[in-house]
Amino acid sequence: MSERVLAEQISQELLLAYYKKVLELRLFELKVQELYRNGRLPGFVHLYVGEEAVAVGVCSNLQTADLVFSTHRGHGHALAKGVPAGVVLAELWGKATGSSGGRGGSMHMYAPEYGFMGTNGIVGAPIPLATGAALSAKVRKHSQVVVCFFGDGAVNSGSFHEAVNLGSVWDLPVVYVCENNLYATEMAFVRATKNTSVASRAAAYGMLGVEVDGQDVVAVHEVAQAAIQRARGDGGPTLIECKTYRYVGHHEGDPGTDYRTREEVQQWKKQDPVKLARQRLLDSGMDENKLQTADQQVEQLIDDAVEFAEKSPEPSAASVTEHVF
Amino acid sequence: MSEQGRVITYADAGVEALREEMRRDDSIVYIGQGIGPRGGNFRQTRGLWKEFGDERLRDTGICELGATGAAIGAAMAGTRTVIDEVFLDFALEAITQIVQQAANISYMSNGKIKAPVVIRGAMGAVRNAGAHHSHTFYNWFANTPGLKVALPATPYDLKGLFKTALRDPGPVALIEHKSLYNTKSVVPEEDYLIPFGDARIVREGKDLTIVAMSRMVDLAAKAATVLAQEGISAEVIDPRTIVPLDRTKITNSIRKTGRLVVIDESPSYCSFAGELLAIAVEDCFDELQATPRRICSLPVPNPFSPVLENQMIPSVDRIVREVHEVMKQVRRVS
Ligand SMILES: Cc1ncc(C[n+]2csc(CCOP(=O)(O)OP(=O)(O)O)c2C)c(N)n1
Ligand SMILES: [Mg+2]
Repeated sequence: MSERVLAEQISQELLLAYYKKVLELRLFELKVQELYRNGRLPGFVHLYVGEEAVAVGVCSNLQTADLVFSTHRGHGHALAKGVPAGVVLAELWGKATGSSGGRGGSMHMYAPEYGFMGTNGIVGAPIPLATGAALSAKVRKHSQVVVCFFGDGAVNSGSFHEAVNLGSVWDLPVVYVCENNLYATEMAFVRATKNTSVASRAAAYGMLGVEVDGQDVVAVHEVAQAAIQRARGDGGPTLIECKTYRYVGHHEGDPGTDYRTREEVQQWKKQDPVKLARQRLLDSGMDENKLQTADQQVEQLIDDAVEFAEKSPEPSAASVTEHVF
Repeated sequence: MSEQGRVITYADAGVEALREEMRRDDSIVYIGQGIGPRGGNFRQTRGLWKEFGDERLRDTGICELGATGAAIGAAMAGTRTVIDEVFLDFALEAITQIVQQAANISYMSNGKIKAPVVIRGAMGAVRNAGAHHSHTFYNWFANTPGLKVALPATPYDLKGLFKTALRDPGPVALIEHKSLYNTKSVVPEEDYLIPFGDARIVREGKDLTIVAMSRMVDLAAKAATVLAQEGISAEVIDPRTIVPLDRTKITNSIRKTGRLVVIDESPSYCSFAGELLAIAVEDCFDELQATPRRICSLPVPNPFSPVLENQMIPSVDRIVREVHEVMKQVRRVS
């Protein structure tokens, strides 16, 4: 199916919704970057800049009851699943109003009330967990679908192999979404494995594997839609490989330039998910004014999130031992 | 033992130990993530790849279970290896290989097979990394027969203990502390070894014995300085290796002072700190003037919030306050 055909099948209203979400993820991360660089946020952050179309394209197919398991690079997944930006930012700030009350931070934020089952500091760990959540949906005869995001770095871990195999043999309602951004920290995927097609690995588990342009929110949406429908219809899991790229360093503090060429980064920026989504709207006949209004709405949303998080209280020191059990 | 040397960082002291040993013993192979051209997440292998190349410094993808097992297997077959888990937290991915294979192999084979492998990882809280990157579970290793456990607290100790580990029949868990990598001390340029089971008296004193490990050694020393101004003379001891343990130096000190306080970043329950209290009771019962005390992290996963994490981990203030409580105690012997 050509991209043009896909775009025509999608209403302008939906396109606008995707665009605004992609932009929200982008502006959110740029705000986090600024706050972090100004020493306002504790801990460590891994930003999702450049990869927004993956989270939005996938999660735009999900309902609140569906579950998402995420990674160390998970702010975008949380937002795309519907966790309010203020709640995510407050968590990054260690505030009592954050999704984990400040106990978690960037790599350990949980919002089950939005079907968001957590970012994760341990690479690979979410894959078995998501598989188990899908098993639970199946035995409860619930129509829930589970989506698991992970990077190219995770697919060489035992967790991936063992869990994906189980998901397949048990025909579970789970969609495995690999965000292949070509690097795990400084480790190029081609240095880490001889088989650099993640989608092709699905065959090893007797399951469907699909590759998609991860910079195009519409293309991701289409592929994810089919996979999620299949999962919901008891058709078993799918492995989706989204080809994507992070514009920034591995984490804030890593310039991300020692192991990648400037040309490579520039090349990928030509396929910018925000620009692509915007171009689709322009192509569909939306006028520039309407787009600017949308931009302002998203900017306002981010400003509100900052105000909420900044003004929120710290947790009380005395509460440190609460919630251990 | 020479006190001559340069002031270098903890990270560089580890690099120096490796460079010297890898030159001396060309069978050593080092495996881990980001330890090649990148020079280590904590700069703990900086510059080594240039000298030793891909053959001896083997970068892997994210596959701790496979890589650790491979390092142990290579060691069993006669190649001395280091497996760098980078964050000690990630050793959990490979725990079955460490505990079931490496630790058991000498005994199970009636001593015929050794596993000269150093399992390297950095533990502890640093800059609010959160629960998944802050564990201090070295106690678990100490509870595993067949594993030696070294906890260097200074650059000097890191170099000397690492070199000893690289000559040990193994396996050795060499557990650094993340927040120590940039700390500095005088480190001799020449070859020296620190034998396992040789505690360091960090500071001499007569009123109480404080035992601390890893990053807590620095806190204990600072607390001792404050206490000295208040007229309390604390002896601070760093065991340096907890398996094997220098029981003699520690119990001699407790007998001398009659009081024991242990500072530990791990939670107290079922811990090495608890072991030291047991030793005090077993070996020094008659000389104890006060109930031995553990000052440990609160038993919670490391919280992200700085407010909460500061509450969790022992601080100089807390040590000083609790030591005063211990000093007030007078034991009535009937
Ligand atoms: C088990 C484990 N090993 C190592 C790490 C350290 N680590 C954190 S992120 C990362 C790279 C992850 O790469 P990838 O999965 O491709 O995700 P990306 O960062 O590219 O989004 C590594 C090695 C970890 N968190 N967990
Ligand atoms: Mg990656």
